[in-house]
Amino acid sequence: MSSADQAQTQPQTPSLAMLRTLGGIAMLSGLLVVLVFQFTQPIIEENKRIAIEKAVSQVIPGVVSKKDFLLSDEGLFPATGDKSAVGEKIYAGYGANGELKGIALEAAATGYQDVIRILYGYNQDCQCVTGIKILKMAETPGLGDKIAFDLEWLKNFEALDARLNTEKSGLENAIVTVKHGTKREQWEIDSISGATISSKAIGRMINDSGQRMFPLIIKHLDALRIGQKG
Amino acid sequence: MSTLPNQQEEVTLDTFMRGLWEENPVFVMLLGLCPVLAVTNSTMNAIAMGLATLFVLVASSTLVSLLRKMIPKQVRIATYIIIIATFVTIVDYVIQAISLDLYNALGAFIQLIVANCVILGRAEAYASKQKVSASIVNAFGMGAGFTIALLCLGTVRELLGAGTILGVQIFSSNFEPWVVMILPPGGFFVLGAWLLLFEYIKQRKEQKLLAAEGATANGS
Repeated sequence: MSSADQAQTQPQTPSLAMLRTLGGIAMLSGLLVVLVFQFTQPIIEENKRIAIEKAVSQVIPGVVSKKDFLLSDEGLFPATGDKSAVGEKIYAGYGANGELKGIALEAAATGYQDVIRILYGYNQDCQCVTGIKILKMAETPGLGDKIAFDLEWLKNFEALDARLNTEKSGLENAIVTVKHGTKREQWEIDSISGATISSKAIGRMINDSGQRMFPLIIKHLDALRIGQKG
Repeated sequence: MSTLPNQQEEVTLDTFMRGLWEENPVFVMLLGLCPVLAVTNSTMNAIAMGLATLFVLVASSTLVSLLRKMIPKQVRIATYIIIIATFVTIVDYVIQAISLDLYNALGAFIQLIVANCVILGRAEAYASKQKVSASIVNAFGMGAGFTIALLCLGTVRELLGAGTILGVQIFSSNFEPWVVMILPPGGFFVLGAWLLLFEYIKQRKEQKLLAAEGATANGS
């Protein structure tokens, strides 16, 4: 008699049959999931790497190769997967002759719907932001999502002033998002009308990240410049 | 030898076609509306979601049908959910491997296929009682019906909401997109319009049938 028949004829199914079925299915499930995970993981890692490289080349003009670093108050470390090194991940972009073209950094802040994550470029020579690229967002289509492609808006970030103050402890002028059409200074961001909250989130995240990271970048600039050769 | 109440069904063309039209999961049974409304804001999303659901549906129906005599009925729902969740996780990894952009566009809705009632419904109502061959064919039909329904919504919403299909510009640049169509309300509008159309067709068919019957009755 099969177990299905037993279930029909007897009101009590042996506990063992239930345990066996659930246990067996769970094992089979585990096996399948782990197999697929093992197979797809290198491909997914590669996809993520390509996506980051593409984003880096978008925010730093003229970049040919990149190198990952971890940067914090404790210093600058090459990102080699060493667990003891701590800090925020930054990507140093180099030109064809190995010269430092700029640094790409990640930033995040809460937008209208959910957290917006961006990658943005910083140029150490002009001390300015050179481009942004949205990595993840869930802003309203047709309104907030314009922060990803609105050309007039993206012009804000071609050379956004991010000079350090004389003590080199923070920005000379805080980066702020201003009402649409009222941009006067180089460190102001002209918001998109109809997407004020999303625009402000971008300004806020660049300011927060910049106040913290730009002084550290300038401090470790020499190490970053030779990073490619080292 | 089976003592199950339902008769074993022979595999016919109808086993497949039922899912497309007569028992279409979206337009007739109104099941799985969460992904239907949420991810049909573009044609590409609709295709990806449809194919992902089709795969999970076919794979889980096959396994449930294979194991149908070994699963005690007390633990059947738990077993089905584990089986479905396994295939959803597989799809999740595979989509990430194919395209990260697509994966980001579909968001949490890939994982939510686990809770799609079309799939659990098929496992409980069909695969757990029918032969493997019939279950596979039926699941293919339902999956195809679901995909077609998503496409019906996705193309209309993308066309009206962005003026494109699969990213290709269809309307001239003078066309002002109806942004509402790619926002959540657009999903309801378009689904409502399709349901209206199908109901209209169905009623006309019935009226014609009635008229034809009336004519033969008068004639005799």
